[in-house]
Amino acid sequence: MNASRSFRTGLFWGLALLVFALVPILMTSRYQLNLASNVLVWGLFAVSFNMLWGVTGMLSFGQALYYGLGAYGVGLMAHHLGPAWYVPGLFIGLLTAALLAFLLGLLVIRVSGVYFTMLTLAFGQLAWQIMFKWYDFTGGDDGIQGFSAPGLLSNKIVYYYVILGIVFVSIWLLKRLAYSPFGLLLRCVNQNPQRVRFLGRRVRRNQLRIYVIASVFAALAGGLMAGVDNSIHTDMLYWTTSGEVILMTVLGGISQFFGPFLGALVIILLEDIIGAHTEYWSLCIGIIMLIMVIGFPRGIVGEIKHLRMRWWPPKSANAKSSLAVESEVRS
Amino acid sequence: MDFSFFITQAVSGLTMATLLFLVASGLTLIFGVGNIFNFAHGSFYMIGAYLGYQLVGVWHINFWLALPLAGLGAGLLGALAEALFLRRIYGRPLEGGFQILLTYCLILIIDDLVKIVWGTEYKSIPRPHGFHGAVQFGEIYIPAYNIAIIIIGLIVVVASWWILTKTRPGKITRASAVDREMLGALGVNVPLTLTLIFGIATALGGMTGALAAPLRTVTPGAGIEVIIDSLIVVVLGGMGNFWGAWLGALLLGEVNAFAVAFVPGWATLFSYLVMVVTLIFKPEGLFAPRSVRKV
Repeated sequence: MNASRSFRTGLFWGLALLVFALVPILMTSRYQLNLASNVLVWGLFAVSFNMLWGVTGMLSFGQALYYGLGAYGVGLMAHHLGPAWYVPGLFIGLLTAALLAFLLGLLVIRVSGVYFTMLTLAFGQLAWQIMFKWYDFTGGDDGIQGFSAPGLLSNKIVYYYVILGIVFVSIWLLKRLAYSPFGLLLRCVNQNPQRVRFLGRRVRRNQLRIYVIASVFAALAGGLMAGVDNSIHTDMLYWTTSGEVILMTVLGGISQFFGPFLGALVIILLEDIIGAHTEYWSLCIGIIMLIMVIGFPRGIVGEIKHLRMRWWPPKSANAKSSLAVESEVRS
Repeated sequence: MDFSFFITQAVSGLTMATLLFLVASGLTLIFGVGNIFNFAHGSFYMIGAYLGYQLVGVWHINFWLALPLAGLGAGLLGALAEALFLRRIYGRPLEGGFQILLTYCLILIIDDLVKIVWGTEYKSIPRPHGFHGAVQFGEIYIPAYNIAIIIIGLIVVVASWWILTKTRPGKITRASAVDREMLGALGVNVPLTLTLIFGIATALGGMTGALAAPLRTVTPGAGIEVIIDSLIVVVLGGMGNFWGAWLGALLLGEVNAFAVAFVPGWATLFSYLVMVVTLIFKPEGLFAPRSVRKV
């Protein structure tokens, strides 16, 4: 039983890794490589975001702040100090994001629910405005284009495999975290914060921890994205970026660990297909998501799992309980 | 800094505060009564502004007639959105998040619809007849239109106070904030009430959009700036607190007016600064002494 489960998990990871690893070999154009990089980076961003929302119940509308910070860390360092500062720039971005997430986190976790969402949105927009107006340093509206990565990293295919490795390791780490005792505690914070306090655990401190962790991974995603197009721009910090990651998460399913990744994949492919035909992409995605929110709130992965549970109910009590843990995240 | 400059800035701040209050009051009303957070409130403001442009700029209807019509249009769309979409997710687990998400979808849809109907270029409405000039008070000149806005704001404040406290619909509104089930048992059609309140709140937003259109240009995507400003107001005043929203708007409007005068370009940062300081010292809002009281 346990062995077959771990075999299936291994198979799943192996297959996913294989599919993405084959992209550079099977691709017919550079554009497809770019698309696959986008899927990986946004997938990581969405999964890290879901640690905040799906797991802990903190709907942040300001994760673009950290995503942008990661990207600007790489871009600004590589642009102002030269390609040698590319990789250190990534770490500087991550460190800044961690520090800022800690400081802002102290403020934003003081409020909950709608206030939390709107406060994170306000801080995100504040950061966007600073980047937008500080023209001399950040290039303002123009952003920064054409900075280059050092040595081997400047090869797009090598860079793709670097992204693949980092994203898979990060998602594996996040998955370990989600199913660790800490992850369980976060789920309790989501469902019944008062009880967490009764049990002698701190609600705010754990909220702050996951806020910092999710933000650092968002910054990592942003830092990786900077190298995909060799450019950074203020849109990365704009509120629509935060909105997009939320849409991906909901489309895939917030109660499922891998839901957000699938959501990212679907949205990026849809955007590519629909965007080629019409400039009113946000109208289309708005309608699609409206239908999802009203009719299929569990998201793609969630709804499939729900159907499977209904048609083929799990036989053993052991399997039932393991599924119950996952479906618990939803309520 | 001389005295007349001070007064001019103060009045300009008061004008902004009035507009802020008019938008934020709709947001706080629907949150206080229905516990609905309408993230798309700014988009209804934008619809109102565009309707105002359509009525005044294209069809040449009298401005003062166009104002309520723009409000009515936005209100009808708002009521429709509530009845068609929002109503379906009441009482669902994680409702708060899904409300934000659903209204976010509305922002995306409305933004593009506005672009399809009115295009992407900036629109503006001329000031109404007789309000082009300035009124002189001794040495101080104040634009006549600003005075009109402040007076309209005062009328709305007094009228809302009167409706909410003295009339039967007002009592039903306040009752639905306290106990919806009981209200239903007493024979009031609660879903219809919520739809109407949502319509009134969005109508208020839409009318403000049209009212502000002669001062600001009308652009697609204006909704998000408005919603963030309203949010700051509501955080300052305490969510769901009608009078808190008024004081919050006053504070934010004045801070902004003086920041614009002294550090142009970075004025918006001061709005955030006020909010951050408030959140550090009084997260429940500056003017929320009795946190139980709503509306």
